[in-house]
Amino acid sequence: MNFESIIYPVVSLGGLGLVFGAGLAYASQKFAVEIDSRAIAIRDVLPGANCGGCGVPGCDSFAKAVAAGEAPVDGCPVGGPDCTQAIANIMGVEAGTSERKVAKVICNGDSTKCKDKFEYHGINDCVAASMVGGGGDKSCNYSCLGFGTCVKACQFDAIEIVDGRIAKIIPEKCTACGKCIEVCPKDVIDMVPYDQTVVITCNNKETGKVVRKKCEVACIACKLCVKSCPFDAIDFKNNLAFIDYEKCTQCFVCVEKCPTKAIEGDLERRKQAVINDDTCVGCTICKKHCPTEAIEGELKGKHKILAEKCIGCGVCEEKCPKKSIEMK
Amino acid sequence: MNDTSLFVILVSAILVNNFILSRFLGICPFLGVSKQVETAFGMGMAVTFVMSLASIITYLVEYLILVPLNIEYMQTIAFILVIASLVQLVEMVIQKSSPVLYQSLGVFLPLITTNCAVLGLTILNIQQEYSLIQTITHAIGAAIGFTLAIVLFAAIRERLELSHVPKVFKGFPIALITASLMSMAFLGFAGLV
Repeated sequence: MNFESIIYPVVSLGGLGLVFGAGLAYASQKFAVEIDSRAIAIRDVLPGANCGGCGVPGCDSFAKAVAAGEAPVDGCPVGGPDCTQAIANIMGVEAGTSERKVAKVICNGDSTKCKDKFEYHGINDCVAASMVGGGGDKSCNYSCLGFGTCVKACQFDAIEIVDGRIAKIIPEKCTACGKCIEVCPKDVIDMVPYDQTVVITCNNKETGKVVRKKCEVACIACKLCVKSCPFDAIDFKNNLAFIDYEKCTQCFVCVEKCPTKAIEGDLERRKQAVINDDTCVGCTICKKHCPTEAIEGELKGKHKILAEKCIGCGVCEEKCPKKSIEMK
Repeated sequence: MNDTSLFVILVSAILVNNFILSRFLGICPFLGVSKQVETAFGMGMAVTFVMSLASIITYLVEYLILVPLNIEYMQTIAFILVIASLVQLVEMVIQKSSPVLYQSLGVFLPLITTNCAVLGLTILNIQQEYSLIQTITHAIGAAIGFTLAIVLFAAIRERLELSHVPKVFKGFPIALITASLMSMAFLGFAGLV
């Protein structure tokens, strides 16, 4: 076997590579450009999904923007609080707690509850479907069409189409990148706080008379929720109720009152106030603040919660000066 | 050895056998970095630098290493090695000296590495059996031809931006049509050499 034919190419090419490598190494020092080392550090703690949820294209650009002070440290919606904290540490600033938000489909009108206008046999895509027959095959023009355009746009597998053809977002997987909101032709996805369980799941802005014929679970603009809310947390606009998530204490009163079940809320998750008898001093502050008069007891006596009246709003827990009320 | 005169080589490389419009080499940067005359010119300069250096070094590599060792079949890989290293160097130099140009060239700068115009030039030099002087002339001619084509094209595209183009032709379609028309215009130089 002729070893020369192997050795020559290997040695010559290897030699060339070495020479060029050495030359480049020298040049890289000579022509070194100083890049903000914080940008590199920030880039390392970012999720690297390059989703664009922060508003700049790609994690690299975002890292540069943060290092240059052009983007906020909590600008990455995907990374969440941990990521924000890490970036804040690198930048040497306070993170500030930003509440985790998730996307939510504000429509419950699946094909069993919302009547179809016609049978759609076109392309399996919401944008395409929404262009046919004046806004899609569903009789309600504001509803989720359920062809899964958002599912395709979601990079995190957080959206699924469930029975009855309607999109459901899995809050645990959602990173609030906003891609689904961008692609949805019906604007039927909204951002809600992660901890918020009471959500109005209707997007229809027509009057009750019109909407009633179309969908069983629509907001019919009866304003019962607005009147019943003990905290004035529900507002009313364009024939549709809105919850002010900052005021809402998740007492589920509106969920109970809504005649069409257009307000979502798992009643099983409703909490009950429990008074710790050992620390209660009988100051009656909780009694005064309870919106449903579910607390009884005299001054300087132990207070008691009336379980059938308590709506679990947590106001008493907040007001108790002795921290002897707990929500369970 | 080929004894074509230097002037003929130069004219042929610039006009008659223009690398982009006649040989169809280096189309990628031609379409990618031709939106502005300024960046197109920068790209042309970068390619000029890489082409001139690459052809000298590959000439030396060919006749001092590959031929004596009888391993001419390693030509392509050895040349790519040379070009890749050179492009790295150019990238560093540009990043240091002109960050604006570096930004606007973007991904096309590292793409000179795989720019077939550069590799094509170096291999053509060997195939035509040019001497070192002829090689350098050919490289300069090719680079001028490349720069000429890309700058002209960029100038046309700048004007197209402002003119009324039917919606379906907007952007790349009209750019491709322009390129083909330019190519046909350059056909007029055929027979000059």
